[in-house]
Amino acid sequence: MDDKEWRERQLVESLMGLIPFHVEYNPAGTSEALELEQFINNGGTMEYEPVIGLEIHVELDTESKMFCDCSTRFGEAPNTQTCPVCLGMPGSLPVPNKKAVEYVITSGLATGCDISLYSQFHRKNYFYPDMPKDYQISQYDLPLCIGGLVDLDMDDYKTRIGITRIHLEEDTGKLIHVGGAGRIAGADYSLVDFNRAGVPLMEIVSEPDIRTPEEAKAYAQKLRAILVSLGVSDCNMDKGSMRVDANISIRPKGATEFGTKAELKNLNSFRSLQRGLAYEIVRQTKALEEGRPEEIIQETRHWDENKGVTSSLRSKEYAHDYRYFPDPDLVPMEFQTSWVEGLRAQLPELPDQRRERFMRQYGLPAYDANLLTENKAMADFFEEAVTLYKGDTRVISNWMLGDILYYLNTENLEIDEAALTPKHLAELLKLIDKGTISGKIAKEIFPEIFETGKLPHVIVEEKGMTQISGEDEIAQIIDMVLEENPAAVQEYRDGKERAFGFLVGQAMRLTKGRGNPQLINKLLREKL
Amino acid sequence: MELYQMTIHELHKKLKNKEISSKELTESVFSRIDAVEDDVKSYLTVTKDVALEQAAAVDAKIAAGVAIGPLAGIPTAIKDVMCTKGIRTTCGSKILENFVPVYTSTAVQNLLNEGIVMTGKTNMDEFAMGSSTENSGYFPTRNPWDIERVPGGSSGGSAAVVAADEAIFSLGSDTGGSIRQPAALCGIVGMKPTYGLVSRFGLVAFASSLDQIGPFTKDVTDCAIVLNHLVGHDANDSTSVPIDKPDYTKALVNDLKGMRVGVPKELMAEGIDPEVRKVVEDALKLFEENGATVAETSLPNLEHGLSAYYIIAPAEASSNLARFDGVRYGYRASDSEDLMDMYMRTRAEGFGDEVKRRIMLGTYALSAGYYEAYYGQAQKVRTLITRDFNNAFEDFDVLVSPTSPTTAFKLGEKTADPLQMYLSDICTIPVNLAGLPGISVPCGTVDGLPVGLHIMGKMLGEEMLLRAAYSFEQQFGWNEKPKL
Repeated sequence: MDDKEWRERQLVESLMGLIPFHVEYNPAGTSEALELEQFINNGGTMEYEPVIGLEIHVELDTESKMFCDCSTRFGEAPNTQTCPVCLGMPGSLPVPNKKAVEYVITSGLATGCDISLYSQFHRKNYFYPDMPKDYQISQYDLPLCIGGLVDLDMDDYKTRIGITRIHLEEDTGKLIHVGGAGRIAGADYSLVDFNRAGVPLMEIVSEPDIRTPEEAKAYAQKLRAILVSLGVSDCNMDKGSMRVDANISIRPKGATEFGTKAELKNLNSFRSLQRGLAYEIVRQTKALEEGRPEEIIQETRHWDENKGVTSSLRSKEYAHDYRYFPDPDLVPMEFQTSWVEGLRAQLPELPDQRRERFMRQYGLPAYDANLLTENKAMADFFEEAVTLYKGDTRVISNWMLGDILYYLNTENLEIDEAALTPKHLAELLKLIDKGTISGKIAKEIFPEIFETGKLPHVIVEEKGMTQISGEDEIAQIIDMVLEENPAAVQEYRDGKERAFGFLVGQAMRLTKGRGNPQLINKLLREKL
Repeated sequence: MELYQMTIHELHKKLKNKEISSKELTESVFSRIDAVEDDVKSYLTVTKDVALEQAAAVDAKIAAGVAIGPLAGIPTAIKDVMCTKGIRTTCGSKILENFVPVYTSTAVQNLLNEGIVMTGKTNMDEFAMGSSTENSGYFPTRNPWDIERVPGGSSGGSAAVVAADEAIFSLGSDTGGSIRQPAALCGIVGMKPTYGLVSRFGLVAFASSLDQIGPFTKDVTDCAIVLNHLVGHDANDSTSVPIDKPDYTKALVNDLKGMRVGVPKELMAEGIDPEVRKVVEDALKLFEENGATVAETSLPNLEHGLSAYYIIAPAEASSNLARFDGVRYGYRASDSEDLMDMYMRTRAEGFGDEVKRRIMLGTYALSAGYYEAYYGQAQKVRTLITRDFNNAFEDFDVLVSPTSPTTAFKLGEKTADPLQMYLSDICTIPVNLAGLPGISVPCGTVDGLPVGLHIMGKMLGEEMLLRAAYSFEQQFGWNEKPKL
């Protein structure tokens, strides 16, 4: 890797948020470091800015598929959840799932969209083996929701991302390529699993209002938080129930026209989204800065998470003519305003509202409230713990954003997947308040609570870890410490405060950490 | 009179009164099939074993004293475009030569629930595209009145089996006239109900917004009886009309007094064979003699009907037929180099010329830059034609025209000229565009070949149609049969 390559690598990595940008990563000198910093802060260079728009596909959490009764359950044996309709057998006809329509309209209402009272399904025609009918039932010029917005709270500024439209379509099946490393090229043969074919899929198309990979990530996370709070989808990216395509182009700062855009397909994690965009910003900006604009063509690109690069998937020269036309098997949808307003009245508390309430009701700082409410399960956990504990809410928030989040990340778990419940946390905090255990002990036994789901008092009893708070017992131990450490005692009396800490430490050692620290401090001072 | 020559209502009496068994009746029909099928060639699949089992089941019911419905035990043929579970369904195409559906279409299931005896699946123009049944991927069907001539299409097999007494009645599908035109050419009754009245679930789609299933019968009474059991809302078809089922046999009243009959001049103009026109004019006189008022009317936008139809139907077909791609069922070309090659060769080898022609037309009409000029424009024409009909039905109870501009033409006569062939449906297509019901009843012959009278009704106006057709039938007294 030569210097130039190394520099680019740094640029990409720091943009991706993978490594904190720091001078030590760039021993070559401060001027380059400055340049990089500018690049990151400006979401490009001084001269160029990225223009990013996202298309987010979300599988809706309906019991049955979009146009038939088949179950949408994930992970069943291939092709066991199919029928003539979702297999596109000759003569089969679609019948729309009302719940899915409701979910899309609810999502539109939650993001400030206008709801179309007249809407229609179109056919999007193209051939592919994962698509049973060789056309996808989707929406075209009459989507269900139009023109919404999502407000983002970035660390040091606020921004607003427009939503162009939200529409409803059916998902396709899944191809499994056997041999040839699982990619279609070089595979011996391919299998199709149609369990997913026909699952309701909501597509949320943003305006090209996004300027940095960070914003893209924040926007996608915010949408997820909203949709999960609505209960319309679990938005699980691992299971593919939320998938992101990104359009990105670069243009001179201040320009109003868009540059030539590339489309990044199937970014299947927030990390991929951020990294893929970062890579494209650097690739496209470099091509422009270095006088090679012909390298930016309108195309679909694949993000390779392992290699950390994008590569051309197919050129738009082969772009499909989808020959959209109204699906003659489905009559247009017409809604009453009263029905839509009924759905609006049923909207649950949304993440933004909840965050405001957390700050107001529980006195949490914005940062904590934000972190807690961007994940519905975390917020629910917090509120349940508050009810059970009845103590200082900040203590709960500190634990959740500290130890709990740390262990969740380490184990790669969502909070509702962990053995830990609000009851565990509330009990642990009560044990500390009662003086049964010290904060230190609490932290010591926390991993076991987290892993086993045993209640804190059970673990404390099993291990005999209750705090020693008897004055006589502590006094005896302090006497032993003073006797064993005459040198330290002398040092303290000579005015060296440091020696006091040492003596406390010795006392704690003798109690195996169970001594009440306040009591030890108090008695030690007295005796000295 | 042989059993196979009788109508549903005649046979039902005999079955109910235990004068005959369904087994006897079924065997009678199969003996007729054995006798004439070599000449007519109307069946693609004969299901004798299934039929005899079904007949035995009905006979057991009768023997046990269970009341039977009017269709129980009646030998019935089904156009091979409707899915029948466990029985191959080819749509007249090589691409589905070995396709055995896993489910049964709603229309057929409704009849099976009534205890019909299924004799087999009938020949048709491939994917219902054609007006002569010469576009079948297998062999042409012949007209029982003259086996040198076509039976019409696309439901030619279903029309021929009834005309030749190879079934007591049959089902067809009508996208632009595919029930009424062959019914006319074969001298029987054929009806296309209002769009959405009969479920399309399980009907392999040609053009979804135009397709409709309907019956071929020997008389109007049978037509009403079958309709009673064909019609009904189906939750599996979102275009299905949610209505209470009327009893259509109550509409069988011999009374034309005061009926206002309109004759669209555009459908009696040049292009209609003068002798056919003469026969229809005579029929109209009969209407007048029996108390109806007959007057000329105009549907000015009808002249664009054929053009609009030949944009809309192929456009929908190009999309509907995309699924026949060799991936999941049906024919697949062997030794393809890659996926695209497999798609192209499968469809090139599996589809016949007419189907390919329409797929290309439809693909073009829907493609970017042409959509508005073709598909968009055709939909506007469709709206205008519907409006013309609505206007006409302010003044008239029914509209009448010839069903087909000519009598049955010779095999091969029009196959070289698709545009000539397309003109065969000129009288019937407007009704499909407007989603209205239409019926064809025999009204005479020209040179020994049947002529059909086309009666059109307003939306859900089946009862008025049946009354007009039934009254005419009673007055006219048609009893001619082909000499096979």
